[in-house]
Amino acid sequence: MTAEATALSRDSAEPAPAADAGSHGFVEFIDVEKSYDGRTFAVTRLNLGVARGEFLTLLGPSGSGKTTTLNMLAGFERPTSGVIALEGRSVDRLPPYERNIGMVFQNYALFPHMSVEENVAFPLSVRKITKTEVAARVGRALDMVRLRQFGDRRPAQLSGGQQQRVALARALVFEPSLVLMDEPLGALDKKLREHMQLEIKQLHTMLGVTIVYVTHDQSEALTMSDRVAVFNNGGIAQLGSPDDLYNAPQTSFVASFIGENNTLLGKVDRVSGSECRVALDGGGSVTGLAIGVAEGAACHVAIRPERLKLAPASNGANVLAGTVDGRIYLGDHQRLLARLENGQVLTVKVGPEATMGNGEPVTVSCAPNDCRAFPADAGTGGSISKTGE
Amino acid sequence: MTALEPTKLDRPRIARDRSAADAKAAKSVTAKLRRAEFGDRLRSLALAAPLLVLLALSLGIPIVLLLSRAVYDPTIADALPQTSQALRGWNGAELPGDAAFLALAADLRDNQARGTAYELAKSLNARLPGARSQVLKTVRQLEAADRPPLEVMKAVPFWSAPGTWPVIESGTHSVTSFYLLSALDLRWNADGGIEKVPPQQAIFLQVFMRTFFVAAAVTLATLILGFPLAYLIAAVPKGLAAILIVAVLLPFWTSILVRTAAWTVLLQKFGLVNDLLLWLGIADDRLDLMYSRIGLIIAMTHIQLPFTLLPIYSVMRTIPASQMKAAYSLGAKPFTAFRRVYLPQVFPGVMAGCLLTFILCLGYYITPALIGGASDQLISNFIANYVNVELNWEMAAALSFILLVFTLALFGIFARILGLDRLKLV
Repeated sequence: MTAEATALSRDSAEPAPAADAGSHGFVEFIDVEKSYDGRTFAVTRLNLGVARGEFLTLLGPSGSGKTTTLNMLAGFERPTSGVIALEGRSVDRLPPYERNIGMVFQNYALFPHMSVEENVAFPLSVRKITKTEVAARVGRALDMVRLRQFGDRRPAQLSGGQQQRVALARALVFEPSLVLMDEPLGALDKKLREHMQLEIKQLHTMLGVTIVYVTHDQSEALTMSDRVAVFNNGGIAQLGSPDDLYNAPQTSFVASFIGENNTLLGKVDRVSGSECRVALDGGGSVTGLAIGVAEGAACHVAIRPERLKLAPASNGANVLAGTVDGRIYLGDHQRLLARLENGQVLTVKVGPEATMGNGEPVTVSCAPNDCRAFPADAGTGGSISKTGE
Repeated sequence: MTALEPTKLDRPRIARDRSAADAKAAKSVTAKLRRAEFGDRLRSLALAAPLLVLLALSLGIPIVLLLSRAVYDPTIADALPQTSQALRGWNGAELPGDAAFLALAADLRDNQARGTAYELAKSLNARLPGARSQVLKTVRQLEAADRPPLEVMKAVPFWSAPGTWPVIESGTHSVTSFYLLSALDLRWNADGGIEKVPPQQAIFLQVFMRTFFVAAAVTLATLILGFPLAYLIAAVPKGLAAILIVAVLLPFWTSILVRTAAWTVLLQKFGLVNDLLLWLGIADDRLDLMYSRIGLIIAMTHIQLPFTLLPIYSVMRTIPASQMKAAYSLGAKPFTAFRRVYLPQVFPGVMAGCLLTFILCLGYYITPALIGGASDQLISNFIANYVNVELNWEMAAALSFILLVFTLALFGIFARILGLDRLKLV
């Protein structure tokens, strides 16, 4: 991930989509930049709007600027330039304790010297709320995360998942209109993480609170979000619904970062309308959708493994011949590695019943609409797949 | 249904058998576990054995032997066997009979013959100021043998003084509370009660109070200086933190004698500190920093700073930055966040550091001896004086015992308030 992030850092020329300020006015980032050392930018030219009640995820590799963005919104960092506005009001001069933003941290940041109840009561007690009201709201918040019976325990006596639920209750109990979550599930194991994803999503639906969520786990982002902002090299590479990002990536970085993708290397032969013909390195050619490519330029063709078929080609489809190079059994399906005649390797998703062995000839086909050709300058050359596990 | 009856009846018995078998199995597992753990414990004990033996031989046994001298002093009883015999049954109110005088005279002659007269004189003197010269004078006169012993004894007014015989009598008991009471400026009065010694003889309570005051002042000073510094070291990046830690530890690696000597150079009347104060215009005249309480506290604070700082720092280092961020995001203003989130978490470290410094300060000896004036000597200086100069080990043991009890009591109170497991000494 890190190596790739470094390789991708040349990807700065990618245009950041302009924020639709009118419809996403609850939180606004306007031309926000952040530099720690005065030479390099952790965040550059960031324009982003979050609508009230939205679940927005900032997704990206480490060092892509997503956590800096979150910290600026929380008030822990100040933008070097630009404006951050909450409900139309600039918060640049507002310290974190006056922003009324709930925050959940990756390490939970529960106060170890306080009981669960005292932790949840903390934001209420600093707000000078009466004792009876505090007790009632703490009780409701603990009910919400089903931890009422653990109220007098210390955080250290709870499991990781329970601690994170306490952190959730604590961030929600003072009814902030905005909640920030910084990789809140990063420390949990896979099963618990999936369970907590559902739980957070349910709380979001139930409370109607606006959530800005930071993660480097693309499957988490796809599962939970209304919209995802894919961060790369300090800026937003693409902003859209999970569906958009998966099916219509606009850059080769997004194509390889979201979900799994095959990348074929080649050169654009001919562009006609929205389609183009790509001559693959080492021989053969495919037709695909042209995403900002120019004739004669090197390009990457991204194809999802599940879009590749072993069945005979239908009309107009791309057909690639090769041999089986390996088969990975995954229970409900299998991954077939097909080495093409030009030497490039494709991963094909096949059913669990497929039995072909290494060296057997195989023909792979896919529709032009499922092949997306990106300019090759993004440096995704080596990276084929990203499972996000 | 009927067919099921026998099984139903059997079931409890089967269950009982099974639970008995389970219990047996569990027992054997516990036994096995205990055996395995016993082996582990034995191994770790064997590894620690050399140290434990060394500690027992060089620390444990000497301390017990020395401290026992505070309550066990057989010198007088051993030196005066006949007197002890003669005083048995004495009511203690009036002068004892002639038999006791004769017995004492015989004992004194025996001591002179054995060469232990001086030791006896010294022991009696420790309990009865002025006794030394009287004993030695009497021994000389008895030696001359120109008069009957009883006449010699009666001729020395000291032996007929009202306070003399009760002290001799108390000395004939090997186990005594005399030294412990003296260490607290107390004594037995003629009626068998405990009373304060006359003000001109009372010194130790004042010295104890002075020792506690200096220890408390130094502890407070190190806390005021050390807490922000520990916070700084915990907050800066690792490289800078390492440099700062070395800067804190550098004096720590120097001998305490060298540091104290350095302070005598700095603090003297025409030393650097006075020069600086004059030059800055803070002081109008040269201050008496040397041989004064304030100089003593300055030097001890310098020496003790790392002891207070390091436990605080080690606790601060474990508190993630997200703790304060979380407090802010939940609406706590900086001071509230510090007081309710940060301080309770560093409190065990603060307590450990302060306790360490306070207890170490109670035992300071070199620094008060070199930098403090005559009225700044702490209890350790008195103990050392009794050991090295006065050769009154009983008094030294008694003072040490009282100091040890105070220290342990203090530690007990801290441990009770905080819980020993939360007292983060390392």
